[in-house]
Amino acid sequence: MRVAATEISSLDVLLVEDSAGDVRLAQEAFRASDKPIHLHVVGDGIEALSFLRHEGTHKNAPRPNLVLLDLNLPKMDGREFLAVVKSDASLNSIPMIILTASDAKEDVAYCYQHHANCFVRKPGQWSTFESVVKDMNKFWLFMVELP
Amino acid sequence: MDILLVEDSPGDIRLTVEAFRDANPAVHIIVVRDGTEAMAYLRQLGIYVLAPRPDLILLDLNMPKMDGREVLALIKADESLKLIPTVILTTSAEEADIVHSYKHHANCYLQKPVELQSFEDLVKSVNNFWLNQVRLPQQASV
Repeated sequence: MRVAATEISSLDVLLVEDSAGDVRLAQEAFRASDKPIHLHVVGDGIEALSFLRHEGTHKNAPRPNLVLLDLNLPKMDGREFLAVVKSDASLNSIPMIILTASDAKEDVAYCYQHHANCFVRKPGQWSTFESVVKDMNKFWLFMVELP
Repeated sequence: MDILLVEDSPGDIRLTVEAFRDANPAVHIIVVRDGTEAMAYLRQLGIYVLAPRPDLILLDLNMPKMDGREVLALIKADESLKLIPTVILTTSAEEADIVHSYKHHANCYLQKPVELQSFEDLVKSVNNFWLNQVRLPQQASV
């Protein structure tokens, strides 16, 4: 079913992030959004895959409208998770935004090569982090048509 | 910053070029009118031999000759071109077009707004997000 960003009442966003501080920052930045968002948080790539595949404790997990993905994660890292999701025909239409502290050229190229929808650098400072998340929200939640 | 606009409607070309001029004068828009010309541009064929590689592609879906769906598939199957973020910008709000575009690795899908003000807002937000917040492949860690 189509979920037009402009008509939608609430959105499910999956945040794949292992740093407690960054999770907290993202939660606060999302709370400030004008749109009701259910932010689901998982800490590594294995758990993120279980979430998308409704396995184990994630049996009733919704299909997220958007995934925010850190690259450096324990167990299965973000690079591997990205490649798995984007080569899975039932999951590859879910937009994946890379949100990472890495600014390495190789990471940026790898992510676009593996069909990340975009690559956003996580800023070090809270005020900048908030404004990046706000701009990202404004674009992805209000302008873009999500599948 | 070079943006390749693949669009056949003269009105929409005009609107897009003007909206970018207001949003960010540093953006250079290159316009091609159908999919065949878009691929010639990206592959630097014929008159496009010296064409710069665009930082971003804005792609309409419904076009003469080769349509946007086919162009998207060709771009995303090419090891080098697939890195260029490709944004669908179309009047279509069909579920089938949206899902098809994401499945074929469009970087995002935007519906062209009908009203002039909304169109300008959309261009402004593409500029704010894609050209200011997003790391594009070639500008990573200079």
